[in-house]
Amino acid sequence: MPKLLCGGKAVELGPTETVLEGLLRAGLTVAHSCRAGACQSCLVRATEGLVPSEAQVGLKDTQKAEGYFLACSARPKTDLAVSLPDQAEGLTPAHITHVAWLAESVLRVELAPTKTFAYRAGQFVNVVRADGLTRSYSLANLPGDGPTLTLHVRVVSQGRMSTWLASPGALGALVNLRGPAGSCFYVEGRPTQPLLLVGTGTGLAPLYGILRDALRAGHSGPIRLFHGARTPRGLYLQDELRALASTHPQVSYTACVREGAGEAGVTVGALDELAMSAGAAKDQRVFLCGDPTLVTALRKRAFLAGARLRDIYSDPFILAPPPGPSTEAA
Amino acid sequence: MTTLYDQLGGAAALDAAVDIFYRKMLSDERVSRFFEGVDMERQAGKQKAFLTMVLGGPHSYTGKDMRTGHAHLLEKGLNDQHVDIVIEHLGGTLKELGVADDKIAEVAALANSVRDHVLGRA
Repeated sequence: MPKLLCGGKAVELGPTETVLEGLLRAGLTVAHSCRAGACQSCLVRATEGLVPSEAQVGLKDTQKAEGYFLACSARPKTDLAVSLPDQAEGLTPAHITHVAWLAESVLRVELAPTKTFAYRAGQFVNVVRADGLTRSYSLANLPGDGPTLTLHVRVVSQGRMSTWLASPGALGALVNLRGPAGSCFYVEGRPTQPLLLVGTGTGLAPLYGILRDALRAGHSGPIRLFHGARTPRGLYLQDELRALASTHPQVSYTACVREGAGEAGVTVGALDELAMSAGAAKDQRVFLCGDPTLVTALRKRAFLAGARLRDIYSDPFILAPPPGPSTEAA
Repeated sequence: MTTLYDQLGGAAALDAAVDIFYRKMLSDERVSRFFEGVDMERQAGKQKAFLTMVLGGPHSYTGKDMRTGHAHLLEKGLNDQHVDIVIEHLGGTLKELGVADDKIAEVAALANSVRDHVLGRA
């Protein structure tokens, strides 16, 4: 069995155990959230040993070269020495300057970083609270909008970070940002290629950034945005999106709900069917954000409809498991 | 002696080949069930490694990898017919990329050489 060394502790990993599980079992405090290799909050660094490549999916080449990997996805075959990220390393302090409701359970949170924070519209950041609680959120604005960052946060009843952000104590608080991360962003170079943007819930956050970034870059090909929610109460930014669609002939916006009476301008139906039926272009660039099931299904359908693998960008939002009596949950 | 991998344009051409080949496999109901619930990006990586190997590009695939990588599919009923379908789509992919028939036959022969590993007979 491979041995894991960290901070003077050694622990033998079980046959299917991940580095994250081993570190937690050894009694170490490791920031983590999704446990699925998506949110990057459990980034750690190997100082000795062989890092399994599947634990470096989605990391920057520079991070890979330095031995960084995602503890939740690593099942090493040989001994590994690991160092936890220095709490201050790569962190940008930021003040929460503004919190407002965008929809029934969606907050708009604005942050002012205390130093320059470079990012691409559509990427995500990890927000680290003073006590170390870490959650990842997509950025919903453009660097050109000014120095503040905008997040769309879905408030989950058991969500420790989201319920805190919705509480009066959050406004003005100082948090730390790690990142940005993620490759779900607009790349210039093919300005006439059709774009398809599909998201559920706060999956609209990165898509809103990507849409505005594409327009900023002068994208002239058709840009079709589909935003889905369970009920009309989950839709938001409708006025802004309709305004964008009316001032830019290449932009179309479809708001879609699974249930509820069809309100004006809202389509009732299955989001994936809608997105794929409305004249799916063979050679389109596709951005999929939000519900992991939908993202997975649409990724496959878009590919089968003729989108190239490298033209499909996705950001599945995987919720942290709800807090339970034990941190040993699978 | 240049390999077909080099003639096609190396790693860059491989992306196009994977797109065509993987799409054929996923759309074919005779084999699509083997890909259900599989992470697409990871799977595309495996397809890429396979195509690199059969086209004579740089790879580190071994017979053991082929055996362990397909063991769980044997339980799902993977058999010779499915390997035939893979070779059929491999040929179709290369045809679309403008590869001559005699070269396609060479690649098919190479793909055939790992048949027994894939089906756990070697």
